[in-house]
Amino acid sequence: MTVYMDYNATTPVADEVLAEMLPYLSKQFGNPSGRHSQGRIARAALDQSREQVAALVNAQPSQIIFTSGASEANNLAVKGWPCHRESTCTAVSAIEHPSVLAPALYQQQCGKKMKTIAVDEDGRVSRTALEGVLEEGAGMVSVMMANNETGVIQDIGMISRCAHEHGALVHSDAAQAVGKIKVDFVASEVDMMSLSAHKLYGPKGVGALVVSKSLDLAAQIHGGGQENGMRSGTENVAGIVGFGAAADLALRQLESYQAQMDVLRNYLESCLRTLDGVVLFADQAHRIPNTVCIALPGLDGETAVMMLDQDGIAVSSGSSCASGSTEPSHVLLAMGVDPDVARCAIRISLGKQNTVADIDTLISALERHIDSMGSMSAAYYSS
Amino acid sequence: MAYSVKVLDHYENPRNVGTFDKDDLSIGTGMVGAPACGDVMKLQIKVSDNGVIEDAKFKTYGCGSAIASSSLLTEWVKGKTLEEATQIKNSEIAEELALPPVKIHCSVLAEDAIKAAIADYQKKSEA
Amino acid sequence: MSELKYPIYLDYAATTPVDPRVAEEMMGCLTMDGNFGNAASRSHTFGWNAEAAIDKARGHVADLLNADPREIIWTSGATESDNLAIKGTAHFNRKKGKHIITSKTEHKAVLDSCRQLEREGFEVSYLTPEDSGLLDLEKLKAEIRDDTILVSIMHVNNEVGVIQDIEAIGEITRERGVLFHCDAAQSAGKVPIDLEKLKVDLMSFSAHKIYGPKGIGALYVRRKPRVRLEAQMHGGGHERGMRSGTLATHQIVGMGAAFRIAKEEMVEENARLMKLRNRLWNGLKDIEEVYLNGDLEQRVPGNMNISFNFVEGESLIMALKDMAVSSGSACTSASLEPSYVLRALGREDELAHSSIRFSLGRFTTTENVDFVVKTVRGKVDKLRALSPLWDMYKEGIDLSTVEWAAH
Repeated sequence: MTVYMDYNATTPVADEVLAEMLPYLSKQFGNPSGRHSQGRIARAALDQSREQVAALVNAQPSQIIFTSGASEANNLAVKGWPCHRESTCTAVSAIEHPSVLAPALYQQQCGKKMKTIAVDEDGRVSRTALEGVLEEGAGMVSVMMANNETGVIQDIGMISRCAHEHGALVHSDAAQAVGKIKVDFVASEVDMMSLSAHKLYGPKGVGALVVSKSLDLAAQIHGGGQENGMRSGTENVAGIVGFGAAADLALRQLESYQAQMDVLRNYLESCLRTLDGVVLFADQAHRIPNTVCIALPGLDGETAVMMLDQDGIAVSSGSSCASGSTEPSHVLLAMGVDPDVARCAIRISLGKQNTVADIDTLISALERHIDSMGSMSAAYYSS
Repeated sequence: MAYSVKVLDHYENPRNVGTFDKDDLSIGTGMVGAPACGDVMKLQIKVSDNGVIEDAKFKTYGCGSAIASSSLLTEWVKGKTLEEATQIKNSEIAEELALPPVKIHCSVLAEDAIKAAIADYQKKSEA
Repeated sequence: MSELKYPIYLDYAATTPVDPRVAEEMMGCLTMDGNFGNAASRSHTFGWNAEAAIDKARGHVADLLNADPREIIWTSGATESDNLAIKGTAHFNRKKGKHIITSKTEHKAVLDSCRQLEREGFEVSYLTPEDSGLLDLEKLKAEIRDDTILVSIMHVNNEVGVIQDIEAIGEITRERGVLFHCDAAQSAGKVPIDLEKLKVDLMSFSAHKIYGPKGIGALYVRRKPRVRLEAQMHGGGHERGMRSGTLATHQIVGMGAAFRIAKEEMVEENARLMKLRNRLWNGLKDIEEVYLNGDLEQRVPGNMNISFNFVEGESLIMALKDMAVSSGSACTSASLEPSYVLRALGREDELAHSSIRFSLGRFTTTENVDFVVKTVRGKVDKLRALSPLWDMYKEGIDLSTVEWAAH
């Protein structure tokens, strides 16, 4: 019996979504650029998916550029934003995903400026910090909608208005927010927004950048001119159809999802608070409803996660990226968490398939490991 | 890109395909377009002594919309006076066939073809 | 005898259906009861299982090419691979030189990547192939300069199917110390590729051209001698820093399965397709004023690109509504421009406008081909009866001497 609680790393594809995708792998396999009936069927499927994804975030279908995922969307936004504006300086919050941070650093290597926006102890960008970088000349600010590690939600409306007052553009990586909270491209007033399918019960390998119509973005992948010239390459039709179906499902199920997560997380947090010395990060902040980030000081996060895996429980010690580094999380450090505590961080991210029983399994495992660590260190000190 | 029902009908069953003797004085011939551009239209009209178009024939090298535009035009000009035929606008052809924007040039070519055929007839009768 | 299904699909060079065996494996990596984890999750079984599946697929892809699995970088498709290879090596080597050589008949992904580099200050030479579609390698040699850093030549052309001599090109580039990138999207699984032997430094691959899924591809990056490039997609440092982004397990597993099956079945499949293709050409070649585009011998078995003079390609496609074929390449067929590949082969615009690409594949049958031959013959007759150019040709008028009323 395994318990999966790492839904912020990835989610399984919903059965309904898979059912929508399958025909596009077999019978309806046409290339959307083809002029025959198979091509036209594929093209129509793309159009429908574009509408579904647009509906999820209250955008126009023509504002959706399909990409291979949120990483590519973030790269396109950070490297492609119109540099013919006065400033070429990109400001990114200190807690961004590596796929925002790394392209910004790359821009810096290429001679453009980059600034980091500090966050407060809850991991939020304050108006003061934002105004600081804007006054120093940032032309574009990138602040994620919700953080992948702590789940903390930014006041993106405030950020957009403040940036626009200074004539700067705004990008927001909403990969962890869509499907978990209401995301509104128009109301948030951002100029660009990144989305991912595999964080909302859709397939991996597909995402989108939502771009306001007035922006003259520079394409990053050149070729056949698909996606209005913004992203060349034969479209991943089945993937895009899966994204559309997942978006549609997420929109319809948002309320029931939130209700389910509220119950599970409240129960999880109340159980966690009974554990000795537990730290709950940003637990008083406005967060997406499925994420809890904790530390059990004295129990190294990486070790704890490995031990839980032995118990058949999948959680994460921090963000899920490829480096496999044992460095403490840059997100927690930016929030001013002591590096020794940050090294003990465990991220529990819940999803639709979780139950109260799963939480009981997790809690009893954690209790067991805390006990054994206690007796191990007791043995160490008595020897 | 899907073709309209009317384009398909003209394409499948083109009206008035054929050739008149271009040296006959009652015949006007208009040939417009170029092979390199992907379309060539040949439109011929047979004009009665009182200046009415009695018959029309066409041959077209081009896409389905070009074939349909010329086929439709041969139907429209029959029974019209030369004066009336000159007034046929490409927009009317495009509208009747529900041509998409990328195919509007086919209707323009058809309008050019009838004008060229009339000019040819008039030139020959003046000579 | 199987029942004929319409339309008959003859556009395998544009894309292929996913082989049912491939789809089966992909489905096992999607849902809750399958291998759905994120391969970058280094701390639990779900992540490790995904990583293991991806490694296995990497092995299958490397096997078909006789490469080391560590030389395979996953991308979202051949377009991204071409972009990464060309812009990545150019950016990395910009201090060494700023000159790149490619050919006029490359895929748009190569040509547009080169155009982008030109905007950035690089200089690009575009070789014109011979009328057969094949390159004269003496002309390539003559173009190489001291500041040349990269030669990008495709293995098999997507429109006319001709196979370039990449073994010889590799000898030339290696001797001159220039990197050689080869777009093999149309050749993998159709032409044997041995990267132990070939002196190719970078090679682009696509899954959806050989019965795998769309949205996944790979770039081969040689380890010995080591080829270095600058990443084009930055982030979590996946694929040893060369291409960031969550790996799409099901897509990769699908590509692995497609490459494994291609290796097992290539010889037999090629022999079968060769027979079908010859049957198609023999059935059409005696029509008056019909031209084969591209060399017949140095050509992949599944491709036939034929110009039917005095018949316009788009109207012929319309007439062939019971079959899915293409005129020009799929990427440009929404435009009215004649194929730039056929123009580069020296075909005049009329013949370029009159061309149809028939591309045959795994599910094409003899009955399909016989139907195509019969239908094409009838429709060409019908359209020529409508064509003023055909009349003029029959009257003995040389069309090149006619003054056309251009519009």
